[in-house]
Amino acid sequence: MSKLIYLDNAATTQVYPEVVEAMKPYFTEVYGNPSSIYSFAGEAKKAVDHSRQVIADMLGAKTEEIYFTGGGSESDNWAIKAAAEAYASKGKHIITSKIEHHAVLHTCEWLEKQGFEVTYLNVDEEGTVQLEELRAAIRPDTILISIMAANNEIGTIQPLKEIGEIAKEHGILFHTDAVQAFGHIALNVDDMKIDMLSLSGHKINGPKGIGAMYIRKGVKIRSFIHGGAQERQRRAGTHNVPGIVGLGKAAEMAAAGMENRISYETSLRDHLISRVLEEIPYSRLNGHRTNRLPNNANFCFRFIEGESMLILLDQNGICASSGSACTSGSLDPSHVLLAIGLPHEIAHGSLRLTLSEQTTMEEIDFTVDKLKEIIARLRSMSPLYEDFVKKNS
Amino acid sequence: MYSEKVMDHFNHPRNVGEIENPSGVGTVGNAKCGDIMRMYLDIDENGIIQEAKFKTFGCGAAVATSSMATELVKGKTVQQALEVTNKAVMEALDGLPPVKVHCSLLAEEAIHAALWDYATKNHIEIEGLERPVTDIGEKEEAVEEEY
Repeated sequence: MSKLIYLDNAATTQVYPEVVEAMKPYFTEVYGNPSSIYSFAGEAKKAVDHSRQVIADMLGAKTEEIYFTGGGSESDNWAIKAAAEAYASKGKHIITSKIEHHAVLHTCEWLEKQGFEVTYLNVDEEGTVQLEELRAAIRPDTILISIMAANNEIGTIQPLKEIGEIAKEHGILFHTDAVQAFGHIALNVDDMKIDMLSLSGHKINGPKGIGAMYIRKGVKIRSFIHGGAQERQRRAGTHNVPGIVGLGKAAEMAAAGMENRISYETSLRDHLISRVLEEIPYSRLNGHRTNRLPNNANFCFRFIEGESMLILLDQNGICASSGSACTSGSLDPSHVLLAIGLPHEIAHGSLRLTLSEQTTMEEIDFTVDKLKEIIARLRSMSPLYEDFVKKNS
Repeated sequence: MYSEKVMDHFNHPRNVGEIENPSGVGTVGNAKCGDIMRMYLDIDENGIIQEAKFKTFGCGAAVATSSMATELVKGKTVQQALEVTNKAVMEALDGLPPVKVHCSLLAEEAIHAALWDYATKNHIEIEGLERPVTDIGEKEEAVEEEY
């Protein structure tokens, strides 16, 4: 088997050829700076405006509420730091969850050092934020709620609409990190009462290094990058025109194909989940069984460690990821898996498989077949499994 | 990220398994940080290690260092086995990435733990051998908890 089976689409995706084609002219032909005055630059500006329109339409936003950034992490940093600064006179309390991406968590930790207080909400065992806990965490000095739209590891989709309503009720800004959700599931900033939303290009078959932020009109946050009048003076720096065009094209394709893709990926995902749970003993699914991203499956296999599993999958041409300590570069396994209540030793044996619309049923079946062999092999070497078998024989 | 030797020992681990009624067996590491090694030794009446086997829960480096450690101690006397340090294991594997050095320490400790068990069972003292520091007794119980 020499073919690559790419099941790590939550890490990044293949740039669609159509996206590359759309970008190409903006390197060598339409290379003008969209901020320039001459008509040659107008072509580039038009392209940037078109991408902005596409994204605004997808979110139910106005074009002037979309700001291009260097990616999802930049958007998260900008939203949280700038909102904290802008609303500090009102209060210094922020609410987020324990399962956010590090772009949010580490930003919040940094703010704590600057004198802000942060409440990190628990999630239930399926990874869902509890609305009662959110309500209880709100204080008079709470200025921001930042809860991700869907989790990057376990795929659980959060009740954005309900969270947005609670935020609005209390007059608190609501930011959502929608990097994994945008283009994969439907999002509407008005229905969900979202004030700020982060998104990224490379999770939806667009280029890397480009993202955007939705900022509701009236939200007073200042520029994050100073030095120019771009993006309504809120994000300086010459526009990454090819990147913006690529993001726009990818978003357009994601929106057009969303319905079909959701149903296709969901059927593959459900087949994968049921085969794994039925055929591999001592396995469990992490995240919500149904209310999860269509392309996400995340499992734990007891008695084995994730990195070993990844190496052996790689040798079979399968790209996947794990929340084990060895893959995180620290001694702790994924904070998300710990937050849903898994003990360390079980979290170490996690495997995330994230599909795309290119993934085939044959690839899923091949992966499960290989996985069975790999897990059996690693268990045969595991002292934990040996103890378990002895205890239960 | 891994050397060819590490990959070879990960893909074709030597001496995986258990020894029935071993002269000494030791388990080190803990499941919390993601590595557990168990080493079995069969030591003859002359104090020579006839057989070494291992089982490991852990990453690629943990498996490879366990495998190499068993290879290095086989045929050695108890005293010589004590000289199989984590450095020796690492060198024999053509090095490890910096974040994986702790795996080689675990391999050294696994040897020591098995020798300690051997010494305790036979009421002998092995010069230079200290009681192994990492003991996972309590942690093992946590692993058995149902999730």
